[in-house]
Amino acid sequence: MDRSGMNVRVMCRVNGANVTIEAHPMMRLLDALRSKLRLTGTKEGCGEGECGACAVLVDGDLVNSCLFPLLHAEGTAITTIEGVAAGGRLHAVQEAFLACGGAQCGICTPGMVLAAITLLERNPNPTEAEVKAGLAGNLCRCTGYMRIFEAVVSACRR
Amino acid sequence: MNYKEYNLIVMVVSTIGQPVPRKEGRAKLTGQARYIDDLVLPGMLHGATVRSPVARGLLRAIHYAPGVPWPEFTIVSAHDIPGANCVTLPPVFSMDAALARTEVIWGDDNVFKQYLVTRGNVDAVWTEAHVIVDGEYETGAQEQLYIEPQGMVALTDAQGAVTVWGSMQCPFYIHKALAALFNVPAAKVRVVQMETGGGFGGKEEYPSIIAGHAALLAWKSGRPVKLVYDRAEDMVATTKRHPSRTRHRTAVSRDGRLLAMDIEFTIDGGAYCTLSPVVLSRGTIHAAGPYFCPNIRIRGRAVATNMPPHGAFRGFGAPQSIFALERHMDRVAAAAGLTPDEFRRRNFIQTGQTSAVGQVMKEPIAMERLLDRALVLSDYHAKRSRFADANRHSTRIKRGIGFATFMHGAGFTGSGEQHLASVVAVEALSNGRVRVLAASAEIGQGTNTIFAQIAAEALGLECDDVEVAQPDTATVPDSGPTVASRTCMVVGKLIETASLDFRHRLETAGLLTSRYTPAEFRAACAAYRARHGDLRIAAQYRPPEGLRWDDQRYEGDAYGAYAWAVYVAEVTVDLDTFQTQVDDFVAVQEVGRVINPPLATGQIEGGVAQAIGWALFEDIVWRDGRMVNAQMTNYIMPTSMDLPPIRVFFEEAPYPNGPGGAKGIGELPMDGPAPAIFNAVANATGLNPAHLPLTPEALMELMEKAEPDGP
Ligand code: FES
Ligand code: FES
Repeated sequence: MDRSGMNVRVMCRVNGANVTIEAHPMMRLLDALRSKLRLTGTKEGCGEGECGACAVLVDGDLVNSCLFPLLHAEGTAITTIEGVAAGGRLHAVQEAFLACGGAQCGICTPGMVLAAITLLERNPNPTEAEVKAGLAGNLCRCTGYMRIFEAVVSACRR
Repeated sequence: MNYKEYNLIVMVVSTIGQPVPRKEGRAKLTGQARYIDDLVLPGMLHGATVRSPVARGLLRAIHYAPGVPWPEFTIVSAHDIPGANCVTLPPVFSMDAALARTEVIWGDDNVFKQYLVTRGNVDAVWTEAHVIVDGEYETGAQEQLYIEPQGMVALTDAQGAVTVWGSMQCPFYIHKALAALFNVPAAKVRVVQMETGGGFGGKEEYPSIIAGHAALLAWKSGRPVKLVYDRAEDMVATTKRHPSRTRHRTAVSRDGRLLAMDIEFTIDGGAYCTLSPVVLSRGTIHAAGPYFCPNIRIRGRAVATNMPPHGAFRGFGAPQSIFALERHMDRVAAAAGLTPDEFRRRNFIQTGQTSAVGQVMKEPIAMERLLDRALVLSDYHAKRSRFADANRHSTRIKRGIGFATFMHGAGFTGSGEQHLASVVAVEALSNGRVRVLAASAEIGQGTNTIFAQIAAEALGLECDDVEVAQPDTATVPDSGPTVASRTCMVVGKLIETASLDFRHRLETAGLLTSRYTPAEFRAACAAYRARHGDLRIAAQYRPPEGLRWDDQRYEGDAYGAYAWAVYVAEVTVDLDTFQTQVDDFVAVQEVGRVINPPLATGQIEGGVAQAIGWALFEDIVWRDGRMVNAQMTNYIMPTSMDLPPIRVFFEEAPYPNGPGGAKGIGELPMDGPAPAIFNAVANATGLNPAHLPLTPEALMELMEKAEPDGP
């Protein structure tokens, strides 16, 4: 089935670079990032907005890219996990995850790191309950979350 | 040379016991780690599997819907099956139906496998018992729910070579399956593990099927084929934890000692035998727990039903039988007029005593010390009385505290490790570093990091001087499957042995003295390679001295070593919403020496979280033999909001046959949380919860049954 006639051109900024993506308007942002831009750090865990593995920042907001149609991305600034370690230097949150053991299998990690960064940007000194609530949209099956909480707490001390 | 000797000789800072950061951690944190769905090959097609919509039937024909350009598809099927429509046969959906044999779907009794363990004579002691306590306990299926769904990419060539990349725990299982499927020599098949987003047993056996499907499509289409499941397919099609039912009859003497344990342990194997016999075996052996009892009978059975086949999941049968036992032990203690802790103290197995399967326990056992420590850390006694007081004045909120005491055998059961005969190798690279070669998969548990630590320690190097090869059957030896808490203890020990031999080789070649710097070590490797071409030392498993197992009699040293633990759970039960919340969790264990504290702690925390999910939330809804809640939306695993602080403590008692003294750890934390939580709920409510998961609906039902005329 040739659907190319229905394609649209969407222009946005991804990790600081201007990009144009030509695809079906309802293509999931997740797929556009992974297959059109080959930014495969963004993961798919459920495809229905439950796990947060696909989380990216759109204009600074944490969104599940599996629920986000490409058309909505027009004119936005998107940050994926590939854009977090600026110039190869790990972000404080990434450093803290590494030191505390916040990543195990790593599949939830990109989304979890972006959720933690968003949380700390909005609330630099969160309470334990605020950390838990801030990460509640990101499922991790490996860690039991304890090392992740520790990483977030230690990142705010950095 | 044993561990103690070399530790004295090598004067380098020890890496074992250090919080070395995860080797592939940076790649995972920056999104650079490559998982199977990140792999794209030129001209790649996408594959899918079509399955039977009925639980039991005969495939008579395949119909292709009109309006689809079928010639554009490559289809692999068993299209030579003659006949017309599908015929439905009466399916078997429960263990009871299977055992009633109204429909016989396997052999002549629907039983895949059974074991009988006997010590002494249980039937001779019932009459002299002070108390006899009966109990029946059930557990439901559980989905592994690794966050990365399963998947494979396959490529074949005209010469009959088959290559598969994928998410997996056991590269050589897939290797063997593909060689048989294509009827090609082993050398024609290559299996490569990609970064794997969790396994928990779910990627032990099933990946062979996906690899087969993808490889058949690649072979027929002549193109690379990617077959990655979406979440729903992964949940519906792949194996889960076996549901179980355990019946106990226990006799206790006047002085509170176990006289007889009669245990019937049944698991639902599903429609195909798969791993059920070995899951049953581990569950059966663990069914009598860390106790000594002179008269024991355990009857283990895995039955055939038309449910999807159940398979490996962290703990492998032990969490099921330990759940029943530890819940039961609290009830036996009460019937005997003893506190749960005092009853256990009187019955813990001691060094020198013989277990249910005839294993004389040789290692030091510290159960009483673990229990003391866990009860202090959780403030058990004070809380027990404080909650009892508070509960008297509260009709809605009930609080309770409970614990479980248990052990978990590391490595394959019985003679399993001997049959596996695993091999690892350590080699010198041209870049001056050393590389560990093994098929053991990093699936999040830290294999890469601890392997590097073990090798570095034995070689007197820094962790960064050691690389760990990506499991690729073309380059690594078969170190066995990544299962059974065996990677650290068994495979790690082989790496330690190979590394010590490696150093010894350099010493006997006159290239290295007993003290050296990393630069001198590199020079010695380079000199050796210049002289001999390469330097690669392998080590193969040999059972530790004195380990005996009799397969025929199902008796002997079931495991080389056990990890021992006491877990305490504190709960709040809300009798309006029937919600159970875990408020605090203390996990105290002895796992030999801890190689990497943050990684080990993370293993325990993750296992406890998974077990809390199993105990309270994770409920698979079956309809006509199919999982109907195959979504993260309605199959509920713990989120960051649902867990208590999980407080982890290690007692360290080095095990002489483990690397640096380490034992297995991965499965242990799955065993204890469920019974500890159930015992806490019993303490809070006075009820006897015996069926897991204890969802609010289940608790409400239990409550209503307990007080039929209640408000
Ligand atoms: S993949 Fe988007 S939320 Fe799970
Ligand atoms: S680290 Fe594996 S799911 Fe979070």
